[in-house]
Amino acid sequence: MSGAPQLLKETGPREVFCGLTSIVWLHRRMPDAFFLVVGSRTCAHLIQSAAGVMIFAEPRFGTAILEERDLAGLADAHDELDRVVNNLLERRPEIRTLFLVGSCPSEVIKLDLARVAERLNGQLNGQVRVLNYSGSGIETTFTQGEDGALSALVPLMPKAESQEKQLLMVGTIANSVEDRFIKIFNRIGINKVSSLPPRESTKLPSIGPGTKVLLTQPYLGQTARALQDRGAEILKTTFPLGIEGSRIWIEAAAKSFDIEESLVNTTLEPLINRAEKAIRPYKDKLSGKKIFLLPESQLEIPLARFLQRECGMHLLEVGTPYLNKELMQSELALLPEKVRIMEGQHIENQLDRVREQKPDLVVCGMGLANPLEAEGISTKWSIEFVFSPIHGIDQAADLAELFSRPLHRHDLLNKTQLIHA
Amino acid sequence: MELTLWTYEGPPHVGAMRIATSMEGVHYLLHAPQGDTYADLLFTMIERRGRRPPVTYTTFQARDLGGDTAELVKKNIREAVERFKPKTLLVGESCTAELIQDQPGSLASGMGFNLPIISLELPAYSKKENWGASETFYQLVRGLLKTKVTDNHKHSPNAWREEGRRPKVNLLGPSLLGFRCRDDVLEIQKILAQHGIDVNVVAPLGADPSDLIRLIDADINVCLYPEIAETTCAWIERNFGIPFSRIVPIGIGATKDFLKEIHELLGMENTNPYESEQESKLSWYSKSVDSNYLTGKRVFIFGDGTHALAAARIAKEELGFEVVGLGTYSREMARSVRSAAKELGLEALITNDYLEVEKAIKESAPELVLGTQMERHSAKRLGIPCAVISTPMHVQDVPARYSPQMGWEGANVIFDCWVHPLMMGLEEHLIGMFRHDFEFTDGHQSHLGHIDKNDDKAKEASPNHFFNKIESDPSNENPIWTIEGQEELSKIPFFVRGKIKKNTEKYARETGCKKIDSETLYDAKAHFST
Repeated sequence: MSGAPQLLKETGPREVFCGLTSIVWLHRRMPDAFFLVVGSRTCAHLIQSAAGVMIFAEPRFGTAILEERDLAGLADAHDELDRVVNNLLERRPEIRTLFLVGSCPSEVIKLDLARVAERLNGQLNGQVRVLNYSGSGIETTFTQGEDGALSALVPLMPKAESQEKQLLMVGTIANSVEDRFIKIFNRIGINKVSSLPPRESTKLPSIGPGTKVLLTQPYLGQTARALQDRGAEILKTTFPLGIEGSRIWIEAAAKSFDIEESLVNTTLEPLINRAEKAIRPYKDKLSGKKIFLLPESQLEIPLARFLQRECGMHLLEVGTPYLNKELMQSELALLPEKVRIMEGQHIENQLDRVREQKPDLVVCGMGLANPLEAEGISTKWSIEFVFSPIHGIDQAADLAELFSRPLHRHDLLNKTQLIHA
Repeated sequence: MELTLWTYEGPPHVGAMRIATSMEGVHYLLHAPQGDTYADLLFTMIERRGRRPPVTYTTFQARDLGGDTAELVKKNIREAVERFKPKTLLVGESCTAELIQDQPGSLASGMGFNLPIISLELPAYSKKENWGASETFYQLVRGLLKTKVTDNHKHSPNAWREEGRRPKVNLLGPSLLGFRCRDDVLEIQKILAQHGIDVNVVAPLGADPSDLIRLIDADINVCLYPEIAETTCAWIERNFGIPFSRIVPIGIGATKDFLKEIHELLGMENTNPYESEQESKLSWYSKSVDSNYLTGKRVFIFGDGTHALAAARIAKEELGFEVVGLGTYSREMARSVRSAAKELGLEALITNDYLEVEKAIKESAPELVLGTQMERHSAKRLGIPCAVISTPMHVQDVPARYSPQMGWEGANVIFDCWVHPLMMGLEEHLIGMFRHDFEFTDGHQSHLGHIDKNDDKAKEASPNHFFNKIESDPSNENPIWTIEGQEELSKIPFFVRGKIKKNTEKYARETGCKKIDSETLYDAKAHFST
């Protein structure tokens, strides 16, 4: 393996989403769950701005907006929350799980949502399960909201009845991708495969000492610890992005299930060959191009590994809002020597570096994209990686396409301008 | 505590951002946690701005709360002033910072900078975006002009005459994330120029702090958007004697009245009584024969106060529509919307709950909805045509083409935007004639082209589904529709069918009729039309 990357840190003003944003994909994964943010008008406005809420007749997320009189005395806030929850559940009887999501203001006024959840669970007699976690911006960045939500589900997972080995995939992925993974695991002889979060919030997979966990997403440190505490083993491996990352990820499961290497190889080989062929045109576009990843989703490091090793891109800087060295170990080992990994952010200084280094492509948040485009720098929204089916060998070409599209467009438009000039 | 699934207005500090981002040379130091930075995308994505908003967020974290957040605020102020070199600094806090009470405004004032620092207090738990924008604009103008206030101001709006120059006015209120402000300003400037009136300052959009100091050089203020500028205009009037106009020039009648008001305030004579006919096509298009089909069209109106009021007037006086619903989410304008509704024989809907608006739309069975982007979605679900007349902004509300709402050209734009979603007169007539031909399907109407046959929601809104439902809903209390009655009902245009069905059933129940046939339907129709 190559030498170590440079692990750098930076503090200062940040330009990132808070953990509330992860509600946008979590609610789609579990259609029987409702996410109730206990927060301010800012929280409500944030989620609707990030999620394009208007397309829903009635979304399965909302905000209990704190008002002046709620801040006056905490006893009131508890009563008010009970009232809001009861109204909501009356209106939406199909809801089976209610997540109370803490926000910056609810954390600062120390509104104890765990206690509220406990009380409501008592009142509701198991008809609806009430859970709580924090998605506040003072504690979480973007994808960490999902980490909180999944950690809240872990204590409710039933205890596995036997010591029999079973595979648990953890992290929200597209349903189609999930089906594909299950099929591949079945082919190599791993038949007991389940997912967290499940498609129905009440059908939680069982857990026990026989549970082998594959994380599908890199931002689930807290969930991983909670699963470990319940006896599961977290398989130390890469994340299933790109051909290589997915192969190593599947192999890690195979190894822990004592599957013969030759069976894994013969199963994956045709998939890999096909994917390599599919990725080639994008690789031609991306190879040799310079990319700068601003921190937001924590997917930056595995994406950088894919872009460098499979697409031949040159990594200028790989930002990450938070670096979990333990979970990221296998990924870091695959990165080239001396590559700059920047944990945290000083947005102004980082943008200075972007301008200095003139990347061909910048991965960034939605607020920054157009200003960079206006400076002639092509961009890719980081939020797209949590919405698009990008995991697995079969999706590797699609993932590469996401990065090559802005470059392709850039060339296309500039060529047109030349003709007109 | 209020359950909110979607909100028409953001928090007040977003209003402050609208003012800061609209202007040049202003920087806004916002004490706020990470995540609040989402607000940048409102400007860079919705408005497609190629520059980041001039905002520095302190992005404090939980671990900072135990330590010295005040020091963090000062560090960010120092860096922002050094990097951006603003001419004026706004300092404020978002909802969370309001709770920790660092008082960033006083901190900034104590740092010894040689530039005006405006401290903003925008109560996040009781106020909203437009209020925040209005307050910020007011504080900014007041902060920059307060040293110029004297006890004996001698302002004459007619001074231009004595001074031998053209009169000059300020256009106040246009801002980013305001509805079509960019083009409204151009249109009003053009009209005023035709009347020999110059524009002194446009603010906040495109203004510099030094422009705000020049506000008092104008003869009068033109308050284009009362939601944003009325407080400021009133303060300038009180302290400098500069009067301001009240009429918002949206629509032909309002534009005429606006010009009359401006001329009177400036002591000028408006010489051309035929201006509106010469400059705008709305009046003639509305009189043209094709527009006969617009007569009495049922229209439901909801939006910000200014645009909802303007729409009601245009709908009634200029297009001959029947206004069947009027409302606003602007609580600050509730009073004037209530009285306008009362004049139309309606009760105004003042709410921030879009589901309540959707319900009111359903109940009033309009043929056209004039609303915000949210009402566009509600109307889509209900299968009713809709035109967007008001914020909150959507990327579609920032068109590439020139598309004002105000003035003569604004009236043209409004005519097109409102009438195109409806069927054109001849088209409607043809559909009425041929709707029972086998080639014709009910969902054919061009303006409802978005109804997807595979979509369950759309099916629910579609007339066929509605018709089928009649049979599947037999309860003892409700009269039963005979086959013949159902056939008659299906001949009624779908957009009023729901209301007719409801009324007929009500009539049948009241008269003890158990089976509804075509005669019952016509009896009911006659009963309710008297």
